[in-house]
Amino acid sequence: MSVGTENAVAIRLEGVHKSFGRLAVLRGIDLDVARHEVICLIGASGSGKSTMLRCINLLERIDAGRIEVDGEEITSEYVNANRVRRHVGIVFQAFNLFPHMTVLRNITLAPREVLGVRREAADAAARQLLERFGLESKETEYPDRLSGGQQQRVAIVRALAMNPDIMLLDEVTSALDPELVAEVLNVIRSLAEAGMTMVIATHEMGFARDIADRVCFLDAGVILEQGPPGAIFTAPQHERTSQFLQRIIEAGRL
Amino acid sequence: MKGEPRGSRMLGRHRGVVLSTASTVVFFGLIVLFVARAPGTPLIRQRFFDWAHLKDAFPSVASGFLLNIRIMFTAEAMILVLALLLAIVRSLPGPVFFPFRLVTIAYVDLFRGIPLILVLFLIGFGVPALSLPGISGYDVVTYGIVSLVLVYSAYVAEVYRAGIDSVHESQTAAARSLGLSRWKALRFVVLPQAIRRVVPPLLNDFIGLQKDTALVSVIGPIEAARQAENYGSQTFNFAGYVVAAFLFVVMTIPLARFVDYLLARGRRRRQAGGVR
Repeated sequence: MSVGTENAVAIRLEGVHKSFGRLAVLRGIDLDVARHEVICLIGASGSGKSTMLRCINLLERIDAGRIEVDGEEITSEYVNANRVRRHVGIVFQAFNLFPHMTVLRNITLAPREVLGVRREAADAAARQLLERFGLESKETEYPDRLSGGQQQRVAIVRALAMNPDIMLLDEVTSALDPELVAEVLNVIRSLAEAGMTMVIATHEMGFARDIADRVCFLDAGVILEQGPPGAIFTAPQHERTSQFLQRIIEAGRL
Repeated sequence: MKGEPRGSRMLGRHRGVVLSTASTVVFFGLIVLFVARAPGTPLIRQRFFDWAHLKDAFPSVASGFLLNIRIMFTAEAMILVLALLLAIVRSLPGPVFFPFRLVTIAYVDLFRGIPLILVLFLIGFGVPALSLPGISGYDVVTYGIVSLVLVYSAYVAEVYRAGIDSVHESQTAAARSLGLSRWKALRFVVLPQAIRRVVPPLLNDFIGLQKDTALVSVIGPIEAARQAENYGSQTFNFAGYVVAAFLFVVMTIPLARFVDYLLARGRRRRQAGGVR
């Protein structure tokens, strides 16, 4: 998929810098994400993948640079973060479901309280999503009664219930037992097939190769190398990229 | 039972009951024997536990105790609201709210530091003496309630704050990422979890408050402790105090057991891996 014309750009990052204290986590990130594109961010822990996603969702304030979503600069002082977040869903590694609410309430909370959807309509929409992802029997359960894979699928449904244009997935399978990873990846695959614009931080290289239109290798806060998965995984241009992939292969994850 | 190769479980259980009954009887029997033979016992019985005096003191002390209950519930309702407000203000982030945070910190430091009895004197005697329209014209019970609310709100605010802090930041992040405002994230996601976690310590403070309503008597209200004092000064007998003490204990025991129950339930849930 081409990184196309101006109006097809869903997310644009320009010279994004972010430090935590003296630790520079992002050191000049430039990236255009086209609408309907699926981008996988790979790289070692601490390379800045999660921070980058959290910046796009405005959960972290950037120090320098700018981020645009659908052509609007969201990192300006005057932008209402709550409005931006309605269009950009994020799913976390640790699910972060609300433990005191049922599955259904977890999903309908934001539509009802943020968008003002009436209860019946929100419930119906949530049930439809639950059914789509094979969770229809779980709506009255509390999160701690679900398996990790089910919890993560509920978390994805919760983000989808806001009808986002863009989904950010932050290592969503890293906290799961190996046998539960597939069910979550299948959900993401079906989202990609439906044309969702996604930026996915992942350690699942096989999955990245499978699903990504483009793979970005992050190293020490910059995108060191990017390209179609075929190119990155088979003929990496940078020494650091091949070292990283070598370690992954040795760990048996590719 | 462990260590009983052939022993049936029934036998073991019976033996436990028999043993505990025997040891209880012997233990308390010895205490009763010892107390009964102690030289001061008849005098103590007459001054503190004389049945006629107990019966005699009961109506007035009990009617005074109704005032304690009224003070307690009124104060508690106000404390729960004011303290929550303080805790919320104190947890507001950002530089704009700095002065508000400062005020709540100063408030908590101040009223946790001053002994309740001094607050009672300052409010109960000081405020009426100001003769200021609007705040000086109330009765002593009101000033007593105000004092309790001032002091206990400082404690309870800290309990709430501990609860708010105990809810992991990722919960707020999840709520905010869905587009919920700061306030709605607090209201729907953080506070419900925080309050659930601090119910046992809140009830503990409630028990403390229940007892401290007796201190309000120093500025005048005729509640249980004051009625007991009156009875004592008229009859030179302490039965009134015993009645008052009895009433306070009877009030706090159910609450204390309820706290135990909640704590045990919380423990079970944590062991089950849930944090609901």
